[in-house]
This record gives sequence, structure tokens and C-alpha cells, in this order.
Amino acid sequence: MPTDGVNNGRRRFLIATTSVVGATGVGIAAIPFVESWKPSAKAQAIGAPVQVNIEGLEPGQILKVQWRGQTIGILRRSKEVLDLLPSMDDRLRDPLSQESEQPSFAQNEGRALNEEFLVVNMHCTHLGCVPQVIPTVGAEPFDDDWKGGFFCPCHKSKFDMAGRVFKGVPAPTNLRIPPYSFIDDKTLIIGVSPEGVA
Amino acid sequence: MAKPASTLSKKAGEFMGWVDERLPVTQFYNDHLAKYYAPKNFNFWYYMGSLALFILVMQIVTGIFLTMNYKPSAAEAFASVEYIMRDVDWGWLIRYMHSTGASFFFIVIYLHMFRALLYGSYRKPRELLWIFGMVIYLALMAEAFMGYVLPWGQMSYWGAQVIINLFGAIPGIGEPLTEWIRGDFFISDATLNRFFALHVVAIPMALLVLVVLHLAALHQTGSNNPDGVEIKKHKGDDGIPLDGIAFHPYYTVKDIFGVAMFLLVFAFVIFFWPEAGGLFLEHDNFVPADPLVTPEHIKPVWYFTPFYAILKAVPDKLMGVMLMGASVVILFFLPWMDRAPVKSIRYRGWQYRIMLGLFVIAFIRLGILGMSEGTAAQTVEMRIWTFVYFAYFVLLFFLSPKERTKPVPDRVTH
Repeated sequence: MPTDGVNNGRRRFLIATTSVVGATGVGIAAIPFVESWKPSAKAQAIGAPVQVNIEGLEPGQILKVQWRGQTIGILRRSKEVLDLLPSMDDRLRDPLSQESEQPSFAQNEGRALNEEFLVVNMHCTHLGCVPQVIPTVGAEPFDDDWKGGFFCPCHKSKFDMAGRVFKGVPAPTNLRIPPYSFIDDKTLIIGVSPEGVA
Repeated sequence: MAKPASTLSKKAGEFMGWVDERLPVTQFYNDHLAKYYAPKNFNFWYYMGSLALFILVMQIVTGIFLTMNYKPSAAEAFASVEYIMRDVDWGWLIRYMHSTGASFFFIVIYLHMFRALLYGSYRKPRELLWIFGMVIYLALMAEAFMGYVLPWGQMSYWGAQVIINLFGAIPGIGEPLTEWIRGDFFISDATLNRFFALHVVAIPMALLVLVVLHLAALHQTGSNNPDGVEIKKHKGDDGIPLDGIAFHPYYTVKDIFGVAMFLLVFAFVIFFWPEAGGLFLEHDNFVPADPLVTPEHIKPVWYFTPFYAILKAVPDKLMGVMLMGASVVILFFLPWMDRAPVKSIRYRGWQYRIMLGLFVIAFIRLGILGMSEGTAAQTVEMRIWTFVYFAYFVLLFFLSPKERTKPVPDRVTH
């Protein structure tokens, strides 16, 4: 290639500008492909609120429903269970739920709107497994002083009967509380706060 | 009678000449097979590279045939795998070759990597060769993980749940990132479908390119050998290394023998022990995926359990994920951490022998503990072996320059 009379400055400028334009074009063209991985319109539409009939749920029983693909548990707690909650505080990482995720109405000892019913997102805040509910009080293989709560089989995280996380387990925060409200005494709606749709 | 034969070979020679002017077939054949000279002292450990290539081809072929009957949808995936196993002629064999092949791929790759630790094959000038190998290993882990999701059993589903949520530990972008990977608010049809696309198209293509780069880097530097000496230092008058022998026919024959021995073991496992007692195919994966019920005991397949144990050993989500990531990433830096004056373990000091031994024990123990229930005692043990695992690299960096080594011979030994 003859190099006489080559304007090197212009050549470098042209190479640099075409490279930048080309790279920008490739970057912008990548956006639709990256965005196509987001939840589709259909997947988002399925996230509508769910109504649950809680009539006939006995103390100690848990009802599991699905909302936005998450397992939501509705646990009815007896007076004895609620009385034990304050005694758990020194074994918990976040007893006042200050670092945990819940609607403001549930940032209390029982983490509930009506403390008789715990409405909780059952997915462990560690890696998303669904813990078992073990409501009985007494020694368990994983805890000599068990006072009832949630036990995750995946990585041994423990939560009390208000879904509050124990110290020294992998889960970082308390179980999440979804937005919900009561339509009447027997019906609960998940996905709608008392103030309106989440 | 001799005349027609010589005419024929003349014709063949003319034909090759015609081709070579247009495509350098003969040159390629000579550069990489007939006139590629490898050290003459290869031992058992040098079977693993060709075996890995053989398994890759086998996985691609069996995989192509599986896609002909598999349905990548949450509603149909589990049943379509059962259909392959029960109703498709020889479907069980093709599926078991593929599922058992995955585990054997990792066995061979781990032995291949251990060979590099034994003989210092990652050392200068083979750093890039090692790095391409490590990238292949990462791609293989992604490939295996996504492949395990496809049968849509309980372990597929909950394994995917746990692995994808690992990305949720990243501060700030964690939650949106997991949603983006899943394509939904939970593991769903969308997740399965994209994993299928990545498993059968994207990653296999990347693997093939990476294998070409790995081999190109190998043929640039030439193979290391159990003595860790460079055969290119001593060349004959013809320019051929004195300790080198042509890859073809000498090592093609050796490697074909290796493939035959491998197939003997492989066939036995396929026919009599395809689940390997829950190691290769976990029992919970014979139950269809159920988003409402987490199996009692979640664990990944055996080849991930050493790293999973490191994750479980740490009682903090972000730290656990970071340490697990570090345990893989640190391997990339081995060529610069090992600063010993010699390459091969044959001439290294006692320190390295003990360290490497402990490292291997740590890796195996972590693998076993990673499958365990995780009692308090097991957690303590996991922490000890995690410490040993990382200590290997730290000690290697500080002790290797001062190591008392034995004199290295000038030429390879027998």
C-alpha cells in the first residue's frame, strides 16, 4: 500500500470515529436482546392479587397459596404462641424487623395486621427454599430449645413463629411479609394493602 | 499389476495437490498430527485431554438425538424425559449416555486439571493454555447446571432456585438480576425455555471455540511432560525435538487405547449403575418439579459439592457467595502464584508434596461434606477444609520460591 501523501491524522480520526459509531451501534442493537429476558407482559399480568378464605383454619395450622409464583403461608397462631414471641428476642438477628422487608403495618412484634394470623412469604431469605413449619415446642435435632417456628431444610436457617430470623444462620433477614388486607372476617386478599393495591 | 496402483496413487497425489493449492489440508494434517512432536514420556495422566474431547463429541451427538424427543416446557418436560426413557427405541441408552457422560466429563476434567498441578503444566509459557482451560471449565459448569434443570424434576427446580438466588446476594442489583435471569418472578416455563436454548446452542458453540483456542495454545507452546522439561531445547539436525515423537501415529494409537478402556468402564456404569446411587442422577429428580414443596435435603450434583460446601460453611449470605466464587476464580491465578524454580512434582520439595496432598484431600472432603445434611460438627469440618483449600494458594505463593528442589535433568527420563 503506497504511503506517500497519507494524512495519518485524518486516517486515525476516521478509524476512531467509525469504531466508536460501530461499537455504539452494536451496544444499542444488544438492548432488545437483553430486555427480552425480562418477565414478559404475560408473566407480569399473572401477578394479580389473590383472595383466600381463612374460615376453618385452626390454631397451629398453615394454609399455603401462590401469589406471583411465591408460596405465601397463612399461619393461625394461638395465644400461647403469641405469648412466647417476646422471649425470643435475644436469639434473633432482627427482632424489631428494622432491616427486614414488610409493609409498615406489619413492623411489630407479631409481624401481622391481626396478630392471630401470620401472613408470610414462605421463601427463605437465604436462597429461596420453602422452610418447614414446626409449631411444636421442645427439643428438635437442630435446636435443643425449640419454641416453634420455621426451619429451612436447605441450609438450616431458623425463624420464629413471627418469621423472624435466628442469629448464626445463613439467612440474612426475617421472612418477607407480602402486602395484604382483610376483606371481611373470613376473607384475606394478598397483594392489596389496607391502603390499596401494592 | 503394479502399474495401475501407482497410477492411482499418482492420481491421489495430484488431487491432494489440487486441494492444497486451495485449502491447506496437508499442511494442517502435518502441523497438528503427523509432524506435531509431543514428548515421548507421556504417562497415564495424559489420556485425559483426548478423553475430554471424546466425551464432548459424545455429549453433542447424544444431545442432538435427545432434543428430537425432549419438550422444553414446564408442562411437558418431565413427561417427555420419561417418554424418552420408556417409549423411544434405545431412548434410555441415549439418555443415560448423556447423563452419565456429564459426570464422567467432570471426572476426566478434574483428573486433567490435577495433572496440571502435578507437573506444573500451567507454568510459563503455558499460562494462556491454562486460562483457556479454566474458561472451558466455567462454561462446562454452566452447561452442566442448565442441563440438570431440563428434566424438570424436584432437584432440577430447587437446584435452579438456589443457584439463581446466589446472584441475589449481589448488593443493589441482586433482586432485579435474578428476575432477569429467570424471566419471571419465580422459576418458571420462561426459565426452562431459555436454559434449553443456552444448553443446546449457545454454550456448546462457545465450548467448541474454546477447545480450538485451547488446542491452538497447546500446539504453539508444545506439551509439557512428567519431567517438566522443555523438549524444544534439544533439537536434532532435522529440527525435530530429540525427545519428541509424532503425535500421529504414536499418540493417536495410545489415545484410541485410552478411549477403549474408558468405554469399558463407561458402558458398565450405563448398563448397571446409571444413577450411581443418587450421585449422577439424584433420587429427588424422579419426582416432578413442585414449586410448593422443597425437598427435605437439597444438594447439587457431586461435581459442584466442593464449592457448595464452601458456600454452606459461611454463615453470611454475601460472604458465602463471594468465598465460593473466589474458590473457583483463584485457580485462574495459579500460573503466577506458583513461583517454584522447577515445574514437575518429581523434582519439587517435600513442602509441595504435602500441600498438594492436603489440597486434594480438602477438595474431596468438601465434596463429601457438600452432600451432607450439614450438622454442627459437619459445618465445623467444612470450615476447616475451606481454610485448607485457600491455604494451599497462600502457602504456594510464599513457600514456592524458597522450595528446596532436586536437580532437573536436561532431557526427559524414561
